[in-house]
Amino acid sequence: MTIKVVFFATLREQLDCSEVQVPASEVNTIADIKIKLARKNEHWQQVFSHSALLSAINHDMVQSEHTVKTGDEVAFFPPVTGG
Amino acid sequence: MNNTSVKISIQTQDFNLQDEVDLLEQDNAVDGAVVTFTGRVRNKNEGLTVSGLYLEHYSGMTEKSLAKIIAQAQQRWQIGRVSVIHRIGQLAIGDQIVFVGVTSMHRQDAFAAAEFIMDYLKVQAPFWKKELTEQGEKWLDAKQSDNKQAQQWNN
Repeated sequence: MTIKVVFFATLREQLDCSEVQVPASEVNTIADIKIKLARKNEHWQQVFSHSALLSAINHDMVQSEHTVKTGDEVAFFPPVTGG
Repeated sequence: MNNTSVKISIQTQDFNLQDEVDLLEQDNAVDGAVVTFTGRVRNKNEGLTVSGLYLEHYSGMTEKSLAKIIAQAQQRWQIGRVSVIHRIGQLAIGDQIVFVGVTSMHRQDAFAAAEFIMDYLKVQAPFWKKELTEQGEKWLDAKQSDNKQAQQWNN
């Protein structure tokens, strides 16, 4: 009963982590996940206070208030720079 | 390929422009216009000399995001075949990064759709560039001008 959370690019490097599991019972929204991850330690708190981070659920871009459920894949990443 | 085929490819290997144009044109007698765009690695960015580029992406989301952008273009314009190729991994100066090709009966729709796809790819498709410069490795910051460019299509 978990939510898989993945990180990309500069965010992954800053956290030195590409993936964590979050218990689905402890979070309702994307914003909740951010708050929970920020509580891990001071460094994570600093990284997650960055307002420009984008988020996705199951490969679709979503806003912070979007709800999450068990089995979802949530992603956090900086603004994209392809092309 | 039928006349409204979509090709989306995320790949480490290079692509051949003529092969891609051939794919868009083969057995396609209805479309009189073929517009293509190729993006390459520049040797300078924001005043710094660039010696190479590393491209990361979010596998799965990248393909889904590009498919959505192409579907939007198909709704807005009368277009035929669409092809989007984006390379990932380590790239050198002058290397091809991205290809967008669109066919249509007439040029206006092909031009507009190709530009729209490229503008949205820039701000929605989950790719990230890390540059190797004279000052070391540096993740690129997103440009506000790219957001403005994409937003223009909403006007």
